[in-house]
Amino acid sequence: MPVDELTLELAQPEIRDRLHWFQLDRRDFLKLCGGGLLVCLASPSASAQESGHGPRDHELPREVSAWVHVDEAGKITIFTGKVEVGQNIRTSLAQLVAEELRVPFNAITMVMGDTDLTPWDMGTFGSRSTPTMGPQLRTMASTARQMLVEAAAQRWKADPSTLTVADGRVTNPNDGQSLTYGEITRGEKLTQTVSGDPPLTTASDWKIAGTALPKADARDFVSGRHQYPSDTMRPNLMFGKILRPAGFNATLVSLDTSAAEKMPAIRVVRDGDFVGVVAEDPSIAEVALSAIQVKWNVPAQISNKELFDYLRNNPDSAGAGPQHNSGSVAHAMAAADVKVEQHYTVQYIAHAPLEPRAAVAEWNGDKLTVWTGTQRPFGVRDELAEMFRIPVTKVRVIMPDMGSGYGGKHTGECAVEAARLAKAAGKPVKVVWTREEEFTWAYFRPAGWVEIRSDVLHDGTLVAWEHHNYNSGPSGINTPYNVANQAIQFHPTKSPLRQGSYRGLAATANHIARESHMDELANAIGMDPLEFRLKNLSDPRLRAVLQAAAERFGWGRSKSTPDLGFGIAGGTEKGGYVASCVEVEMNSTTKKVRLRRIVEAWESGAIVNPDGLRNQVMGAVVQAIGGALFETIQFKDGRILNPHFALYRVPRFSDTPEIDVVLIDRKDLPSAGAGKTGIVGLAPAVSNAIFSATGTRLREMPMAVAAI
Amino acid sequence: MDDFVLKVNGAEHRARASGNETLLSVLRNQLHLTGTKYGCGEGQCGACTVLIDGAATRSCLTRVASVQGTQITTIEGLESNGALSSVQQAFLDEDAFQCGYCTSGMILSATALLREHPHPTDRQIVEYMDGNICRCGTYPRITAAIKRAAQLQEKGRADHASR
Repeated sequence: MPVDELTLELAQPEIRDRLHWFQLDRRDFLKLCGGGLLVCLASPSASAQESGHGPRDHELPREVSAWVHVDEAGKITIFTGKVEVGQNIRTSLAQLVAEELRVPFNAITMVMGDTDLTPWDMGTFGSRSTPTMGPQLRTMASTARQMLVEAAAQRWKADPSTLTVADGRVTNPNDGQSLTYGEITRGEKLTQTVSGDPPLTTASDWKIAGTALPKADARDFVSGRHQYPSDTMRPNLMFGKILRPAGFNATLVSLDTSAAEKMPAIRVVRDGDFVGVVAEDPSIAEVALSAIQVKWNVPAQISNKELFDYLRNNPDSAGAGPQHNSGSVAHAMAAADVKVEQHYTVQYIAHAPLEPRAAVAEWNGDKLTVWTGTQRPFGVRDELAEMFRIPVTKVRVIMPDMGSGYGGKHTGECAVEAARLAKAAGKPVKVVWTREEEFTWAYFRPAGWVEIRSDVLHDGTLVAWEHHNYNSGPSGINTPYNVANQAIQFHPTKSPLRQGSYRGLAATANHIARESHMDELANAIGMDPLEFRLKNLSDPRLRAVLQAAAERFGWGRSKSTPDLGFGIAGGTEKGGYVASCVEVEMNSTTKKVRLRRIVEAWESGAIVNPDGLRNQVMGAVVQAIGGALFETIQFKDGRILNPHFALYRVPRFSDTPEIDVVLIDRKDLPSAGAGKTGIVGLAPAVSNAIFSATGTRLREMPMAVAAI
Repeated sequence: MDDFVLKVNGAEHRARASGNETLLSVLRNQLHLTGTKYGCGEGQCGACTVLIDGAATRSCLTRVASVQGTQITTIEGLESNGALSSVQQAFLDEDAFQCGYCTSGMILSATALLREHPHPTDRQIVEYMDGNICRCGTYPRITAAIKRAAQLQEKGRADHASR
């Protein structure tokens, strides 16, 4: 499919749909826009292109010194705009660098996601850190090593090719002389720029990369010392709270802040529809906020009940999405033996990172510094610069390793709020969203409606495949199976809720539909679901994970009963290959399903850290249980009806079965990202397992098990 | 506003707050003990768990006025003489976290669990820990860490007895 991956990643609607637009002071406005006044007025969403300098315009620096620094003591600092959110790249990227530099792992310190210190970066999403930042840093580290060798050779007047490097030290084997990296650089910058492709160490020769090193700074996390964004302290720190509208698309009818303003040591800040309070203590800020008298007009809006009709009947004005056609589906349909036509749905779900959005903003003159949890520190920097009409050079965003994101923290609304309040207060201000705010004013994983029509011959040959996805997205939409006649299309639609990225994005919905449908076809022709998949599949990597999962699971060894079912599903996206096998137990009395056992096989090229990878893949499986069995955002008339963990159920200990992760290490293949795709196999495997036990096919996520 | 004296991790701390203010807020914003986390403010996620006289307690639902005279233990108080507690060590050994935001609450809940059940069964672990959410989904590793901590504590008791 001729769809540019980057284009897909950048079509992130959460970035376009902002929570706040501050009132424009005319003088500032003219200063900002200059000749572009009309453009600015007409299209605030031009910000989606990051204020005119989109990612395609950003050249990554070629100077080694932008990425690697060696101090006099030989301590090495690596600079990257990627951020650590629990996916373990602070450790795995450092392993790759240590490998190329030939230094011990603990000689490396990673500076990540600080817009004043690190090279520009688009953001940490789309499983891109390992496949793109990995090679980038390896290239820089390899070049740095060559520079260090050449510098030592010059000093010794030796031939660089005769020198050896190990353990942060260059040695001349001829005379035994040696220098540490620190002695060579004496803290000076590595001034060379990279040209061409320096040689990188092949994975089969890795000694530090490829090993199960424990997480960097792990002790800080078990001792409570690690400072998350919400833990940031500053001198004279104040606390802010924001007045939220009574619903989405609400308009302000009346506002009376006089009672709040009369309270001691309270500052009320109003800027258009933005209203916030600042106090010395968060609980005082909350009291002041509740003293504000406000009336909102919330228009009638659709609810979950009308959702899928809405999605199918409200195409996005931007036009059709990517499509893929081959052969003739219509022609093939006429000649096929068995036809199946079905639709599948996924609901809006929330990321619900355990650390909600948080930011501390501090103004020093016209320079703004913000500590905040975000997957896009540079995007948030640009957002702040735009909101406050200051150059990006006057904004610094610092991202302390945060309490996770799962694609849910791409935006800067909380940073913007803290900065607006701090500007008014003249002191640093911290804003931490409540759980209810996070469930309501963040954005959601898109809901989606997927239709599939297919044809198969009695011998199990797939002949036609038509797949339409409404709203949830094109990621993972193409079938990995061999089908001569295909018509595959993503249909962008209007969305009643603010929606955006989520771990795996639409690959989850598209895999649920495709892998459930494959099961339906296998059942329709009486073929084993694994055998049917393998018959129509030549991709050796997907075959390998399906077979590995099946083997570890003991696929086909037991027959399903009304109480016990077995399901399999697999897929690939972003260079990751996954297969899930699930055993479910149906309880006809309680009308509940219990997951008894999961085997997940995973392959994403050469493994950089097997322990971190195993942790990621297992976590993706656990997170997937929620979307499969119980997570749904309930909404009506612009309000979220279940914005609490008591009403929005996420997977807990009691939902988590034995999970066996089988890793396939392909040292001959480049390392791909592993944060996302591990999530896609579980839900269809569960649905298929429930079908094998009960004969009932559940095509709506979360699955209404109680209705069986 | 009232003055309170809180005994946290063996030391006395003074705090000035309204009696309705939560222990979580006082710990984090006045005593700067930020290892205790806000996750939901409703006692649903366990990120704010501390020990009050040894019992696992949600500090986000605990009014500061109600805990005067008690012994409060937070994640910062588990180490002794620079050594991690057995539960902390076990979480480290099992790499039982990803983003780590739930970890303080998990470790304190697990500490209380092992006090009640030194050799917990799988069922006891699930029942005791089910109020603690890990959105990264590391539950199987946390369960393994709790079992490892039980072994470490058993070994500690045996070593102590043989001395």
